[in-house]
Formats: sequence, structure tokens, C-alpha cells
Amino acid sequence: MTATDIAATTAPPILEVRNMRKAYGNMPILKGVSCTLNQGDVMCVLGGSGSGKTTLLRCIAQLERYQGGSVVVDGELMGIAEKGGRFYRLSERQIARQRLKTGMVFQKFNLFSHMTAMQNVMEGPVHVLSVPPEEARSEACRLLEWVGLGERMDHYPAQLSGGQQQRVAIARALAMKPKVMLFDEPTSALDPESVGRVLAVMKQVAATGMSMIVVTHEMGFAREVASRVLFMDHGVIAEDAPSAQFFSAPSHPRAADFLASTLGARVQTN
Amino acid sequence: MSAEMQLDDHSTIIERGRYRMVMSLVVVLAFVAWLVHAFAVSDIEWKYVSHFLMVRTIMQGVAATLFMAVSAMLLGVVIGLIFAIVQQSGNPVWKTVAAGYVWLFRGTPVILQLLLWFNLALVFPHIWVPGYGSVQTVQLMTPFLSALLGLGLNQGAYITEIMRSGLTSVDKGQYEACCMIGMTRLQALRRVILPQALRVVIPPLGNEFISMIKLTSLSSMIQYPEILHSAQNIYYANARVIELLLVTGFWYLAIVTVLMPVQYFLEKRINRGWSG
Ligand SMILES: Nc1ncnc2c1ncn2[C@@H]1O[C@H](COP(=O)(O)OP(=O)(O)O)[C@@H](O)[C@H]1O
Ligand SMILES: [Mg+2]
Repeated sequence: MTATDIAATTAPPILEVRNMRKAYGNMPILKGVSCTLNQGDVMCVLGGSGSGKTTLLRCIAQLERYQGGSVVVDGELMGIAEKGGRFYRLSERQIARQRLKTGMVFQKFNLFSHMTAMQNVMEGPVHVLSVPPEEARSEACRLLEWVGLGERMDHYPAQLSGGQQQRVAIARALAMKPKVMLFDEPTSALDPESVGRVLAVMKQVAATGMSMIVVTHEMGFAREVASRVLFMDHGVIAEDAPSAQFFSAPSHPRAADFLASTLGARVQTN
Repeated sequence: MSAEMQLDDHSTIIERGRYRMVMSLVVVLAFVAWLVHAFAVSDIEWKYVSHFLMVRTIMQGVAATLFMAVSAMLLGVVIGLIFAIVQQSGNPVWKTVAAGYVWLFRGTPVILQLLLWFNLALVFPHIWVPGYGSVQTVQLMTPFLSALLGLGLNQGAYITEIMRSGLTSVDKGQYEACCMIGMTRLQALRRVILPQALRVVIPPLGNEFISMIKLTSLSSMIQYPEILHSAQNIYYANARVIELLLVTGFWYLAIVTVLMPVQYFLEKRINRGWSG
């Protein structure tokens, strides 16, 4: 047993989703999803389009209200408080404070379009965490250099390529020092050339020991970086397995089909 | 010899439409000349016009017009912003209140609203003002306050719609990105949503302000001493009606003429910071 294995078995999980149920109208989207993320782990979420991957991330991030289930991040129950055996929805301000534990990288980047790369990264530290601007600036500088954008700090999002915008978005999320980073198909809006550079930055983030949940269709990344793979199918988790096991011998037939089709397509194009 | 053989790089080509442009210019100039002549030989005493252009009462009227336009516009912007935000909040009670407000104030003539505010004392002889206690409505509803409420509340109804379109023009992802760096709704609004909405609302707000300049003339009906009311006060005494109305017209035109390039540069400036 290595040191990390021991840590993983003794330390409480950094994130735990229990029996998450979510419906839009009367269309169930998540039908009782449970999963656990250990400190420093990278979990990739795979699954066909419309299987509920984005919805799961958004529920974890408290961007959606769910009908049932719970999310615990870093030992704290998200969005809900228990008092005298009854459960109350937290105030908007309390939820905002809890969200500091999770960082999110969106498929469409969502950089603040009226701010430069630098201002995007500084915004949260200065205006939410009340870090002195000079301190925030030098930290933002360091982060932007770390994601390979040292030259582009004063560019507006409209002046950056998709891949560059996504790397700024990663820096912006990291600047808040979250406990868990959530990525929702961070590379699927990018051209093939940019994909590699964004994935490289994500690997770099993983290497710092950040706990991550990554929704992706990049099988190479999942295989190489993820320690666990969650395979979602029609709102349920069809398979939750260590990455190596999932890729060598998926147990769920749909997962096997999915792998065959995506990896097959990959082999053909290469 | 055929035409295409004569046509070379040095040939002059006569564009179509030149002749028509010259003709229309002649017609327009002739019309303007006739108009100027008609006014020159008319019974208008031009020396009165130039004399009253800058008299004290008129200048005070200009100042009062500007003051009212700015105050009512500010009131309108504050109200419009609040109602637009409230409409987006998703609280059905406030949404209905906001919709009702817009319906009521856009659905009735401004002049009627001004008269109703000014004559509020007929309905409520006394009004309880926090901190002062009961006040006689006649004393409270001065021409200034009535005009401010009438114009500002009416303007607010239109600005609500403008602000609403501005807020909805900002992508929802921007708000979600704010949430994910721990901002509250109000912080997101102030730091991200409003600055981006500004780009969309500045042009229509500029137009609204220019309309407001002219709309203030309605408050002459309730004795607010803006330009038109000042001019009327003078012509009631000296019967130089047209001369003083021309003075009034001159000042409205002058104000609007100054404001239009201001609006243009403001729009330029706001768009500049945008894509770089
Ligand atoms: N705001 C919404 N309103 C109604 N249905 C939605 C909404 N968002 C997502 N859905 C539906 O939920 C299902 C799952 O969506 P999503 O979580 O985005 O899937 P994935 O990310 O795995 O492709 C889809 O069928 C989608 O149509
Ligand atoms: Mg998705």
C-alpha cells in the first residue's frame, strides 16, 4: 500500500453526492446518483449526450435545485441546514459562501467579457475574498503565467482564442483556492489544436493534488489522468470503477458499447 | 466604331443621378429661401426674438428645464432599474407589481399624470410624511415635486423595459460564473451584469433623455417655471406670442443639438472598452 492509498482510505472524502434526484418538470434527469471523490483524486465522468453529466455538476455546484439527495463538500452539507430535525434551504448569501469550496470551468468559458484576462482572475480574490489588490495581482500574474498566458494578461476575452479563454477560466477558478474543481466538457468547444494545451493545463492542475471532477469525451485524458471513471447512462451511474479497470474491462454493457464506439472512432481517425 | 472600343482607362463616365441631385438641391434651396423670406416679411418682430433670447426669466427657464429633465431622468433610471431587477428576480408578487406599474404608467398620457399629481390634494388633503407627520398636500405637491413625480414615474415605466432588455442581453453564463467565484446576486449585478448591460441601454437611454428635455414642457401646465412657462408668462404681459414661442423653440433645439454629439461620443466610448 502506498502513502496515497492509506490517505485515501483514512481521510474522509472531499466530496460526496448521495442519492441525487433531479427532474425538469416531470422529466427525471438524475435518478438517484451517488458518488464519492477522495482528496486529490481525479474523477472523469463519461456518458452519452443527454445522460445528465452537466446536470450532475450543476447540482453539485448548487447552480440547480434538486428534488432530493445531498452534496457534502469538505465535510459541509451544501445548500441545506439541519435544525431541530428539520431541513432549511440556506440563504443566497450562505450558498454563495459555500460555493467557494467548488470551482467550475464551463464548456463555454463564461469569462467576464468586459474585463481583461488579468481582471477576470483578480475579480474573485479582490471583491469576494477581500485580498489586497496588489497581492491579488501578483497571484493572478503567477497563475496566468502558469497556464501559459503570461503574454496575454491584458487581453479581453474577445481577443483570445477559445483555448486561451479556457485557460484563463481555469486560472480564474484556481485563484479562489477551491477544494474541488469541476470541469464540464472544458475542451468540447475548442479546435483540436487548443484541446491539447487545455488538457495539458488540466494535467498540471491534477498534479498539484487538486481534487477534480471532469466531464469529458477525451478518452486519452481520462485513461491517463483519472483515477476513477463514472459512466452515466440516462440519469443513473451505470458504472463507477477505477480508471484502469474501466478501460480494460468495463462491466456494464452500455459502457462497453460506449468505449467501443468512442475508442473505435479514435483509432479510425488517427 | 462600337462603344466598348472607345472606352478606355481615361474615359470619363458620367454617373447616373447627378442631375437629379442638383435638381433636388435647387428645389430645396428655393423652398428654404421662400420660407426665410416669408418669415422676414411677416409680422414677426425679430428684434423681440433676439431681445428675449437671453433675458433673465428665459435663462432661468432653461436652467429649470435642464434641472427637471436631469432629476426626472435620474428618478426614472433608479425606478426602472429597480423594477427591471425585481422583474427578473423570479418572485411572482414583485413581478406582478412591476408589470402593473409599467401597464399603468405607459397606458395613460403624461399630461394626465402631471395633472393628477398636481391635484392630489383634492383626493388626499393631508399626507403623512415620515419624520414630519401630517402635511397639507397642497403645500407638499409643489409644481416641482408634481412634475418630478409625474415625469419621473412615467419615464421609469419606459426605462424598466429598456433595463429589462439590457439585463436579458447578458448571457446567463456570466451570472453563473459570478456564482462560482462566490459572488452574491447583488455583487454579480454590480460587478458584471450591469456593466455589460450598460452597453445595450446607453443608446436608448440617450434617446429617452432627449425626449425628456422636450417632455418637461408639459410641466408648464402645472406652473413649473421651465422655458415654455417662462415664455408664456412674458407673452401674457406683452402679447408677443410668436416671438416668445420662437425663443422657446430656439432653446429646445440648442439643448438637443448639444446633447446629440454627447450621446454619440458616449456610445463610442462604451463600445470601445468592449472588444478592445
Ligand atoms: N434547463 C433545462 N430544462 C429542461 N431540460 C433540461 C434542461 N437542462 C437539461 N435538460 C435535459 O436534461 C437532460 C440531461 O442534460 P445534461 O445534463 O446537459 O446532459 P449531458 O451533459 O450529459 O449531455 C437532457 O435530456 C436535457 O435535454
Ligand atoms: Mg453536457
